[in-house]
Amino acid sequence: MNGYGGRILRVNLTNGTVTKEPTSPDVARNFIGGRGFGIYFLLKEVPKGADPLGPENKLIISSGPISGMMIPGGGKCDWTTKAPLTGGYASASMGGHFTAEMRYAGLDSIILEGISPKPVYLFIDDDKIELRDASDLWGKATFTVEKQFKEKLGEEFQVAVIGVGGENLVPYACINHDYGRQAGRGGVGAVMGSKKVKAIVVHGTKSIPVADMDAYRKAGMALYKACKDSEGLKDWTRYGTTIVVSWCDEVGALPTRNFSAGSFEDGKNLYGPVMREKIVITDKGCFGCPSPCGKYSRNKKYNSYVEGPEYETIGMMGSNLGIDDIEAVAQANLLCDDLGIDTISAGNAIGWAMECYEKGIFTKKDTDGLDLKFGNVEATFTLIEKIARREGFGALLSEGVKRASKKVGKGSEKFAIQVKGMEQSAYATHNATAMLLAYMTCDVGAHHNRAWAITYDLQVGREKVVPEKVARVIWLQNFRPMFDVLGGCRLQWVELGIDRDLYVPALEAITGIQRSWEDLDKVGERIWNLTRLFWARENEGFGRAWDMPSPRFYEEAPKSGATKGQITKLEDINRLLDMYYEQRGWTSDGLPKPETIESLGLKAVVA
Amino acid sequence: MRLYVDNSKCSGCNACRVACSLNLFSENNPKKSALVIEPQFPAPGVYNVKVCTQCGDCAAVCPTEAIKQDGQGAYYVDFAECNLCEACVPECPEEVMFVRSKLADTAWKCNLCGDCVAVCGTSALWIAEIEAVAA
Repeated sequence: MNGYGGRILRVNLTNGTVTKEPTSPDVARNFIGGRGFGIYFLLKEVPKGADPLGPENKLIISSGPISGMMIPGGGKCDWTTKAPLTGGYASASMGGHFTAEMRYAGLDSIILEGISPKPVYLFIDDDKIELRDASDLWGKATFTVEKQFKEKLGEEFQVAVIGVGGENLVPYACINHDYGRQAGRGGVGAVMGSKKVKAIVVHGTKSIPVADMDAYRKAGMALYKACKDSEGLKDWTRYGTTIVVSWCDEVGALPTRNFSAGSFEDGKNLYGPVMREKIVITDKGCFGCPSPCGKYSRNKKYNSYVEGPEYETIGMMGSNLGIDDIEAVAQANLLCDDLGIDTISAGNAIGWAMECYEKGIFTKKDTDGLDLKFGNVEATFTLIEKIARREGFGALLSEGVKRASKKVGKGSEKFAIQVKGMEQSAYATHNATAMLLAYMTCDVGAHHNRAWAITYDLQVGREKVVPEKVARVIWLQNFRPMFDVLGGCRLQWVELGIDRDLYVPALEAITGIQRSWEDLDKVGERIWNLTRLFWARENEGFGRAWDMPSPRFYEEAPKSGATKGQITKLEDINRLLDMYYEQRGWTSDGLPKPETIESLGLKAVVA
Repeated sequence: MRLYVDNSKCSGCNACRVACSLNLFSENNPKKSALVIEPQFPAPGVYNVKVCTQCGDCAAVCPTEAIKQDGQGAYYVDFAECNLCEACVPECPEEVMFVRSKLADTAWKCNLCGDCVAVCGTSALWIAEIEAVAA
């Protein structure tokens, strides 16, 4: 099948069998790939009420039709599962070279199901596919394991591996690849750990079939040319995502001391140019990327190497913890990567714990003797280790801030910064109503990448609550995750500003299926509705209350910084939701109406 | 003319290798490209890229004279005349002369098409006169 590897690999860990199934042309047409395949298989194959860490849950790993192709950013891999962190939908996007290699091995998706009786790794070398014993790898750090595989099998093999966080089923454990790329959010690493799969190694030498070779090469070259001609290429490549640290600090979006403010008085020490000069040694690109945001760093202070930190980690492990030392942030990043836990959730959880400590809710008796004041770097390092190992005080934080704050009580729920049980990523949303709505309605919990609407807030007036903002969020939510469907990266469109129409002829030439963005946006809308239906199916009483943000954003105005004294009114939050549900064709409780399901052609899928 | 690389600018993205395979074989398969990228991670954190210098050592030893020179001085493999003897492979000082008989029934090398340069976003690759840069 043109544009596809043509096979879905099913790995039954309970009985140790691996089987290949042909990729369905109908599924390819309707769901395209990546997170489209993910939600399709999740809804169809994971039974209602499945324990996220039990044998019924599945981990669905998917490439898309532009993965591994001569298309800018064709290196994104989707990891879909029922999330241990939230009990809802999880889809984590991982960059690097793994997804391209899957395709060269002829695979569109890998579905892990069941639970292995002992630790294993999945070995894929073209058509040689085996589950192999991983007893000697269990307990080892991610970098060590990746290095071991690369030395043993060669650099052409690509490796995805969990750390001790995943082994210990930390609900926000991640999956690591290429010494610094992650499938980060929602606990996909814990699902892999629950299945006793330490790693997946893949190598392929096959050519990906293409419908119209000449048209594909022409369209691919046009995309690269547009990227290279972009005015933003130079600065974006020099600083990557860290280019926004200063902007966020200036506009009050940089999470500071557990999101109590949006500007950090020592933020300048964390800005992109400071980091570039102090620690960055090279740019590190995902597959096919002409504008690599990955910055690889040599951290002299800690005698270590790490990819990053990128913006999110700087926000969550830096300003959010009151830490102004970029080398300390980089080291925290490395510890999380090596232990296999998500830097965003971990930074958020530690920030919550520090606030509890400063408010007297925790004392040293609770924290294993750690002096958990904001800014304490050594305590942060210690906590990261304790979280990944679920030791002592770390065990509480490893549960995520929603569960932990419920256990602790004493008002700490109010400053647990999360939506649907997922810790909010690094945008403070006291006065940025579109971005706040994006977090509230994001399909995995409080994550930024579905609708990065914060620049739109500044553009139209940040406190404004108008239908245009809601429409913008919906448009972004339908469209941006389409890159996760196609198996590529959105950042060439976002950051270099290339015309998204350039992707259409490329996609057509590769798959032979005629497409337009109108059609692709519709696929995005269908997927968005399906993920919502998954949440509702898995959670009794799911609805409007689940979309509410942390009270911090409507009850406690920052006492300093660019957003000092600014807050979103609760009534405006409700107005945002009313408008959002109406524009989505959902009920006032936030569930897709039957006629919406019908008009999107989803009746058969959810029947 | 030859291809040049600045390792310090390479981000290891492999776009060059896909573009190369598309030009050489009309196939989307970086395992059939004429450039090598060796990532050195986690330390020292650099990419070593190997490219053809158009030295012609491969052509000199080819018993079937399958490696020919084109108008711009680039040595290329005439696929129809290669007998897969592999004599060229050990001669290549840069290790960018390829025979992988499972993947192709011919040897292959860089033909200086320039497609790798066209897709390289970090300007790590370029084509220039051999003398001009050597001086």
